[in-house]
Amino acid sequence: MDMEVEGYLRPPEMDLPPYPPKVVTLATGGKLIIRQASRADVPILLEAVRPTMKVERDFYDIVGARVYAELLGWYRHRVRDEFCLMGQIDGLLVGVVNTRLYSRELGISLHTLATERGLRIGAHLFAAKMEYSFEYIGQEEVLITAESPIGFRRWMIEYELIEREGQHELGGATPYGLTKELYYKHKDRLVAGERPVPEELLAVAEKEIIVASEDDILEKILGAKRRER
Amino acid sequence: MRPVVVAGVGMIPFERRDEDSLMDMLATAGLNAMDDAGLGDRPIDSVYVGNMASGLFNHQVSVASALVDRLSLLPAAADRVENGPASGGSAIKNGFLAVASGFNDVVLVVGGEKMREVIGPKATDIVACMTHPQAEYIYGVTLPAMAGMFARLYMEKYGVTREHLSMVAIKNQTNGLLNPYAHIQMKITMEGILSHPQSHINSPVVADPIHLYDCCPVSDGAAAVLLTTEEIANKLKKPLVTIDGIGQATDTHTLQERSDPTDLKAVTLASEQAFKMAGIKPKDIDVAELHDAFTILEIAESEHAGFFPKGEGAKALERGETQIGGKLPINPSGGLKARGHPVGATGVAQVVELVWQLRGEAGERQVKGAANGFSLNFGGFGNNVLAFVLRRKS
Repeated sequence: MDMEVEGYLRPPEMDLPPYPPKVVTLATGGKLIIRQASRADVPILLEAVRPTMKVERDFYDIVGARVYAELLGWYRHRVRDEFCLMGQIDGLLVGVVNTRLYSRELGISLHTLATERGLRIGAHLFAAKMEYSFEYIGQEEVLITAESPIGFRRWMIEYELIEREGQHELGGATPYGLTKELYYKHKDRLVAGERPVPEELLAVAEKEIIVASEDDILEKILGAKRRER
Repeated sequence: MRPVVVAGVGMIPFERRDEDSLMDMLATAGLNAMDDAGLGDRPIDSVYVGNMASGLFNHQVSVASALVDRLSLLPAAADRVENGPASGGSAIKNGFLAVASGFNDVVLVVGGEKMREVIGPKATDIVACMTHPQAEYIYGVTLPAMAGMFARLYMEKYGVTREHLSMVAIKNQTNGLLNPYAHIQMKITMEGILSHPQSHINSPVVADPIHLYDCCPVSDGAAAVLLTTEEIANKLKKPLVTIDGIGQATDTHTLQERSDPTDLKAVTLASEQAFKMAGIKPKDIDVAELHDAFTILEIAESEHAGFFPKGEGAKALERGETQIGGKLPINPSGGLKARGHPVGATGVAQVVELVWQLRGEAGERQVKGAANGFSLNFGGFGNNVLAFVLRRKS
C-alpha cells in the first residue's frame, strides 16, 4: 500500500469517548449486553451481517448491504468518525447499530440491524446509540431516516422526531431530527440498561463474539421456524 | 336435531404471512380439514366462512363465494358470516345448524383473517369499527382501551393484580411454545415483563393497566372444521368428536350502558346454554379454550363461564390449576395471546384445538384423558358471545 496516497484517502478522526457497556433485561429474562465494537471486531460482525443481505422482508437486504458497506468502510478507513455498538446475549451477537458524526454537535444515525426479533433488541440498540451520542459524546442533535416501516414506527413515531430540511446522508425519505431535549423527554420510557455490567456477564461477552449460522440468522429474521424463505 | 360430528380439522400456522393472500390461507386451512376427515369424493353441501373485515383489511368481499370456486366445491352453497371477533364461532354455529337440522349432510366451516396487510395502528382502528360509532369510536375508544377500563374495574372489585395478568401471559406463551401453529414462540418471564425496574420498556403501557404483553398479537391465519352426521362420520377413520352444546348471547353495544361493566352477562348466558344443551356442568370440562385477547379476559371469562366463582379465577391461576397438568387447563394452545388472533379465524381455531385435544392428537400440549372440551368466542367487548361444548364419543 502506498501510504503517501493512503494519507490523502484516509479521513482524519475525532477522539471519541468510550461507551461503557450496559446490560438490558429482556422480556425473556435474558441479559442483553450492549457494548462498543472496535475496528478489530468488524470482520466478525460482517459475518453476521452478510446473510441479512439475502432477505427482502422488512428491507433487511438494503439495510444489511448498507451496514456491510459502512462497517467495511470504517474498518478500512474510508468512513469518517463512525462508531458501532453491538448487542450480545450469552456471547451471541444479536444486533449492531452505527452512527457517523457529521460534526461534534451533529450525528448522522446510520443503521440498526437486529438478527434476533421480537424482543425489542433493535429498539434497545437504537436507544443505546442515541445515549452514546447525547450523554457521552455530547451531541446536540442526531439526524435519522428509515428504510423500513418498522424503523419509521420505532424511531420517528416513538421518539416524536422532528422533520428536518435537506437530505440525510443515506438519501431516501425526509430526514428527521432527534434533539437533546427530545432524547431526555423520552429517555425513561425508551432507554434501558444498567451499569456496571456484572463481571461474569461482561466476561462472556468479551471472550468471544459468537455469530449464529446463516440458517439460524435467516430463520430468526424471517420469523417462524417453519417459514420457507 | 341430529348429532353433529367434527369429522375433520385443519389450520395453517398463525403468523405474519406476507406471501399468502386471504384466499390462499382460507383454501389451505379448508383443504387441511378435508384431508383430515378423509371424506374422499363425497361432495360438500355448504361452506361457511367466518371473517370479520376482509373488505377493510384486504379490499375483498364475498370471500365465501370465492372460496368454493377456489376449492372446486361448486355448486356448494356459500356464506360469509360476520360477527366481529366471534365470526368464527358464528360460522360454526351456522354450519352446526345446517347439519343438525338435516338441511345439509356435510359442511365446511373456515375462519380466517389477513390483518398484517395493514400497519398495527390501522389494524387496531379497523377492529375498533365494531364499537359504537357515536358513543365510543368517535372518542377514540379502541378494544385495548376497553380492556384497560375493564381490567381496572375488575382489579378494584376482585383484587386481581398486574402480576395475575402477567401470569396469564407467561402461562399462555409457555403453552404456545408447544404449539407449532402458534404465532408467538417465545418464553417470557415475570422479571422481563413486570418485576424488573425497567420492564416497562419491554412491556410498555398500551391502555393502563393493560401493557404490551397483556395483549394478543395481530396475526394472519385460518382454521377450518368439517362438520357432518354421525352416520357419515362413522365411515371415516377419525375418533368421533361431537358438538354437544352451543350457546350464544348478546349484551349492550356500549360498555357504559351495562349496570355493572365487570359483569360479562353474555358470557354467563352463552355458557349456561351450551352446558344445558350438552347436559353437563362446568366441573365436567377437562380442557377449555377461552378468548384471551387481553389477559384480563381469560380470568374474567373463566369465572363467568362457571369454572370458578367470581373473584376466584385469579386464585385458581395462582394455584396452577389452569396450567397444562392442572385441574382445568385453559388455553393449552397458547390462546389468542400466543397462538394469535386473526379475528375471523379465532372461534374456529379454538374448536380445532379442542378436537385435537379430545382425539389425543395435541402432541406435547396434550391434556391427559381429555374427553370434554369447552370454548368461548368473545365478540365485541362481550356484546356477542358464543360458547361450545365438545365431547369425545369413542
